[in-house]
Amino acid sequence: MKEILLNKPGKKIILLGNEAIVRGALEEGVNFVSTYPGTPASEIGDTFHKIQNSKLKIKNLYFEYSTNEKVALEAGIGASFSGLKTLVAMKDFGLNVCLDALGPFVYTGTKGPTVIVVADDPSCHSSAQWEENSRAIACLAHIPVLEPSDPQEYKDFVKLGFQISDNFKIPVLIRITTRVAHQRMPVKLGKLLLSRYSKIAKLGGKFIKEPKRFVTMPPRVLEMKKELLEKIEKIKEFSEKSKVNLLVGKLSRAGNGGIITSGISYLYVIEALKELNLNLPVLKLGFFYPLPEKKIKNFIKKFKKVLVVEELEPLLEKETERLAKDVSPKLQVFGKNLLPEVGELKPAEVTSAVAKFANKKFRIENSLKIENLKLKIPKRSPRLCPGCPYWFVFSAVKKAVNTKKVIFGGDIGCYMLFGLPPLNIQDYLSCMGSSVGIAHGIKKVTGQKLITFIGDSTFFHAGIPALINTVYNKSNPLIIILDNRTTAMTGHQPHPGAPTVPDGIKIEEIVRACGVKYLKVIDPINQKEFVNTVKEFLNKKEVSVIIARRPCIWIKK
Amino acid sequence: MDKKVKQFNMLIVGTGGQGLITLLQILAEAALFEGYDVKTSELHGLSQRGGSVEVHLRFGKKIFSPLIPQGKADLILGLEMQECLKACYYANSKTEFLVNKHIVPVLSKNPLPEKEVLKILQRFSRRIEMVPAAEICQKQFRTNVVAGIYLLSLASLKKLMPLKPTSILKAIKKIIPEKYLELNLRTFKLTKSLI
Repeated sequence: MKEILLNKPGKKIILLGNEAIVRGALEEGVNFVSTYPGTPASEIGDTFHKIQNSKLKIKNLYFEYSTNEKVALEAGIGASFSGLKTLVAMKDFGLNVCLDALGPFVYTGTKGPTVIVVADDPSCHSSAQWEENSRAIACLAHIPVLEPSDPQEYKDFVKLGFQISDNFKIPVLIRITTRVAHQRMPVKLGKLLLSRYSKIAKLGGKFIKEPKRFVTMPPRVLEMKKELLEKIEKIKEFSEKSKVNLLVGKLSRAGNGGIITSGISYLYVIEALKELNLNLPVLKLGFFYPLPEKKIKNFIKKFKKVLVVEELEPLLEKETERLAKDVSPKLQVFGKNLLPEVGELKPAEVTSAVAKFANKKFRIENSLKIENLKLKIPKRSPRLCPGCPYWFVFSAVKKAVNTKKVIFGGDIGCYMLFGLPPLNIQDYLSCMGSSVGIAHGIKKVTGQKLITFIGDSTFFHAGIPALINTVYNKSNPLIIILDNRTTAMTGHQPHPGAPTVPDGIKIEEIVRACGVKYLKVIDPINQKEFVNTVKEFLNKKEVSVIIARRPCIWIKK
Repeated sequence: MDKKVKQFNMLIVGTGGQGLITLLQILAEAALFEGYDVKTSELHGLSQRGGSVEVHLRFGKKIFSPLIPQGKADLILGLEMQECLKACYYANSKTEFLVNKHIVPVLSKNPLPEKEVLKILQRFSRRIEMVPAAEICQKQFRTNVVAGIYLLSLASLKKLMPLKPTSILKAIKKIIPEKYLELNLRTFKLTKSLI
């Protein structure tokens, strides 16, 4: 922790990707940071939180865990409009939650430079609801998107992001993936701008009225879009000259074909070329949007074929095909015909693709044996910790009802494990807060009994509007709010109901205010009361709520 | 002075809660102390809660990918026997296996017995050593949570990896919190007294 605040420019220290970005932001003198925790982005907020909670209070730095990503971004927009240097961090799905605020923000532009970090999770290691490729947001929102490959670049790109934002008055998105966020390496420190510590953080922002700039309404809004597209053209010029769009190798050696890549895939490409002893030129793109189109055209026109190496959907590949139409209509573009579109890339897959592309032989020792072994290995699923309060909830529900005859709604949190053996009570699972929203839909059209689970932090994040809808539009699911007093799954961050200082917002008061008549707060260790309440509430004609309150075993009391 | 290796790939496998990320941090620091470039990869989040965990460490002159390519591991440290089988993806015939004779039960299937595990591993490499690290630590310290540190110490002492025990000790002092430092240092030094 202390090391990340070392003011020794030039020194190399080992940082996790998500720590490197914090360091980069501190070197840029960031003032305002907001986030909602989510793997693989959580350590960004956690590192700021630790700094904020340590004795080393930093002057001019404010950090908050917001209630969800939309309000995190909105808070950031407010800070930017008031002139502060702002960072907002989230996981991939958070981008969807805040998209409503992001679109207009790209139109209005920034006042204080603003960087938004979005962390994708190819292979769905921990973001298991869908395999999102957040680069696609650029096509929709016209927001500049940068893609670092490793922690050093992650730190450098965040600084570049602030500079672009400062120059062009536009928010900049840094898109990373799990293997960048959770990669460690020695990172070279720069000078800390926030080197003075003080007991009280002072921010000193000022909002100056400029409705023409900050109000997105017709007819002005369409002028804003036009201005934005002009801005993007200027940033494209910047992108053409930028060193982060890097040519590796010499173009004069052209002949065998070239490789276009970005992000983590770049590292696998370099690895593959070394392994295969090949010398193909590589164009590594730090900008995903706007693309340095001239640079790409200059690159591809030297070749008869290029290989595009990227994870998930073939976005760069399609852009390359589009650009080839102008300069090299006969160009053969390889990509997803040699590489998977599902799951993160594995180094061996990239090596194999590069080998096929370059007509080289590539064989891995033992690979056949591995195929034969796969069936024998027992699958080890994650499970609830021993002593987890959710075990008591599960046990009570199982005693109260015939689990085969009741529908169980799941939501995002440790209790997703209800879907795995030995528990097996989860009949649908989607996005944050959706257990309640979907429950209402099912209850409106079926006569089936339904119990839905939602965690405390998830309830604050997106459960409240769904609860109001359930009351207002009159359906009767039994909602069990699993209140373990923390955001457990992502690393025990505080939330509005359980902040670091006592006296949070009481969930029962919110539930009551939403108009719920049947409400009980129960410690699930009281099995008899829990079982009886489940039985009683499940027969109610109106929505009912049980708040199962017992702290996660890992939080300090 | 020892000759520097060009590249060393080390995989640690086990289950959530066995402290793999801490081991990874220690090794990364030790490699940096010895002047190597180093990269690691790990995963966080729910899947790690009692599930399979696999972390990668690579050091050498210059490291690009944080992930070890298939069949390229020099050393595989297995903190749990069943998990070791998955690590075979990274093994070649020269890969060293250092395996904790320890089983964390799986719900869905009966674990393969030690002999069976050994037999499978031997199909990939002949350099396999099974050590009752968890048992030794349990006996000595009444906890097996330090089994990983024990294996690390053994790997370094037996020169299964090109990092000096002194560098690892220095890294342990840097990474392990004050409260647990004594236990970890005692564990690390235990192997020396046994060999």
